Amino acid sequence: MKHEKIETHAGLLIVLTLIVISVGGLVEILPLYFIDETIEEVKVSGKETVRPYTPLELLGRDLYQREGCYTCHSQMIRPFRDEKLRYGHYSLAAESKYDHPFQWGSKRTGPDLARVGKKYSNEWHVQHLIAPRSVVKESIMPNYGWLIETPLEFKDISDRLRALKLVGVPYSETEAEYEANVERFGEEVAKQLEIINAEDNLIEQAVTNNYDGITAEITEMEAMVAYLQVLGTMVDFKQFDDGYFATFR
Amino acid sequence: MSETNVQPYNYGIIRLFTIMAIVWGVLGMFAGVYIALELTWPIFNLDTPAITFGRLRPVHTTLVIFGFGGSALFATSYYVVQRTCQVRLSSDVMANITFWGWQTSIALAVISYMAGFTQAREYAEMVWPIDILIAVTWVTYFIVFVHTLARRTQPHIYVANWFFVAFILATAILHIFNNMEVPISLFSLKSYSLHAGVQDAMTQWWYGHNAVGFFLTAAFLGMMYYFVPKQAGRPVYSYRLSIIHFWALVFLYMWVGAHHLHWTALPDWTSTLAATFSILLLLPSWGGMINGIMTLSGAWDKLRSDPVIRFLIVALSFYGMSTFEGPLMSLKSVNALSHYTDWTIGHVHSGALGWVAMVTFGSFYHLIPRLWETKMYSDRLIFLHFWLATIGIVLYISAMWVAGVGQGLMLRAFDEYGNLAYTFIETVEFLKNPYAIRALGGAFFLIGIVIMAYNVFMTIRQSRIERVALEAKIAAKLAKA
Repeated sequence: MKHEKIETHAGLLIVLTLIVISVGGLVEILPLYFIDETIEEVKVSGKETVRPYTPLELLGRDLYQREGCYTCHSQMIRPFRDEKLRYGHYSLAAESKYDHPFQWGSKRTGPDLARVGKKYSNEWHVQHLIAPRSVVKESIMPNYGWLIETPLEFKDISDRLRALKLVGVPYSETEAEYEANVERFGEEVAKQLEIINAEDNLIEQAVTNNYDGITAEITEMEAMVAYLQVLGTMVDFKQFDDGYFATFR
Repeated sequence: MSETNVQPYNYGIIRLFTIMAIVWGVLGMFAGVYIALELTWPIFNLDTPAITFGRLRPVHTTLVIFGFGGSALFATSYYVVQRTCQVRLSSDVMANITFWGWQTSIALAVISYMAGFTQAREYAEMVWPIDILIAVTWVTYFIVFVHTLARRTQPHIYVANWFFVAFILATAILHIFNNMEVPISLFSLKSYSLHAGVQDAMTQWWYGHNAVGFFLTAAFLGMMYYFVPKQAGRPVYSYRLSIIHFWALVFLYMWVGAHHLHWTALPDWTSTLAATFSILLLLPSWGGMINGIMTLSGAWDKLRSDPVIRFLIVALSFYGMSTFEGPLMSLKSVNALSHYTDWTIGHVHSGALGWVAMVTFGSFYHLIPRLWETKMYSDRLIFLHFWLATIGIVLYISAMWVAGVGQGLMLRAFDEYGNLAYTFIETVEFLKNPYAIRALGGAFFLIGIVIMAYNVFMTIRQSRIERVALEAKIAAKLAKA
């Protein structure tokens, strides 16, 4: 076929262009949904340890997005010696399987946060978020003082969980779904995933842990620190043989 | 008078888009300089949520990519399609819808980011109602453009229009598939993306890199294919090269997004495929650059006298440079060092400032006198703009090379005992000077576009004065007769 034919027929130009630009995406994206090895199986004594976020952690994650933390912090450790020493084991695909959207990031103006959970105390995080330079003198992070001054808005928490359920995160609404979660994650986790109890669970987690150090009210800081403290803590690498995760790569 | 209906071309819509491109450009580049200052001196965050780096960064990217770049593309594509098809835009109403739809989307996006509403997907941060508005605007754009093509009085569709068609189609597909999401309720701006984790990352960078590939490259090549030959007064260097590089470019680009995800939890087969295609992409990219630059062969002397040609040729040179740097950075071994560092930021800006903005400036300086039927107010100010912009880019990307490569090397350095040689915060300290120089480079570039805005304002004013004078003359003549 002469190229002239395409140049003189707008419809043909459009159809051919559509075909040509569709190939790459189809070949690279679709298989990721069908190849089982894409996401590692992480089970300890028959239970999955990577679980959906609790209501409080989820709101923390939503605040993390609101403030654009992903513009400076990655959550994706690469399999290099220096990153292992600095941040810990390389990130697994399984660890972000409930992340809608993913927050791997693309730039480390600050350090990676994929395994920041439990590395520092709650008090450290609160102080650091309010005034980063009071903890790390050379830091260039903005102060996030308003997190501790603003009460956490959580009236729509069950709407949030329901929307996530719609896109495939196993929060439970029915008795059968709850039982399935008990089977999958164990009873303790399954209770946290019940949509009907979302608000109570949120308050209970906040009151029990008191992440922000303030007992009078639940602030945004509470959720933010709860989220930061869970990052990278769901896989206990000591429970797995060396090389197990490499079989998925 | 119903004169507007008789006019062969719809220039009114192009004037509007041109003005808005400059307005968004000034604001977006100001936001860029401001966040560069925040990174150098965090006090600039002013403890104010709306202007902290995390919220202003998407303001900057949205304003320059979609506000400045997008409006410039609407303006030039509407100009090129009318001139090369020798026909008026098919519908003034629909063209107006694209203008107001697009401008409203940009304005709403900026306000919503500052208020804390975001999807937290890079370059696709707009919340779902804005996504829908953009989709409607874009479909309207497609209909106007294609309908105008269909009514052309010329048998051939000029090469610039192929690129515009590919850009419109690809952007529609990318926008729709990357923004599939579920709002938490009809009355909330919050939504969750349909995909998660690995699949979400792949979809996002398929989108993200093709925003570069189609929005910031293919479409601007369309611009190049009209304005370079026009300004040089010579035909495109090679017709055959334009065919080959068009099809190769639009095919290959869609494969390369995953090079943003090297060494991540994305499976190796995907990122290897992306690296392979990224290297192949060098060929059509340089095909376009060569075709543009060689169009000037036999008229090289114009580089000395014509500031517009200077903008266009320097733009093509930066295009060649950044499309060489890109494949280099897509190599896994290089990427291991460059990823997550400012090298990437430098690379983006050699493309965005060096190629996208410079080719736009050149095209606008050609276009604006024709739209307002006068000459540019000052050629000297165009030269000044050229030098400010060029110096600004050089400062910017050199600072980012130093920052990126330097930090990359520091982060992987070990001492003699096998411990990490530097803590993370030590590398942040190292970045202070490069960051200050980057802000300075950005300021040069910003002053350049402000001068352009002044020059354009005075040109429009001059055109009004000339028209009034002309009308007075005609009236006087008529009165005499």
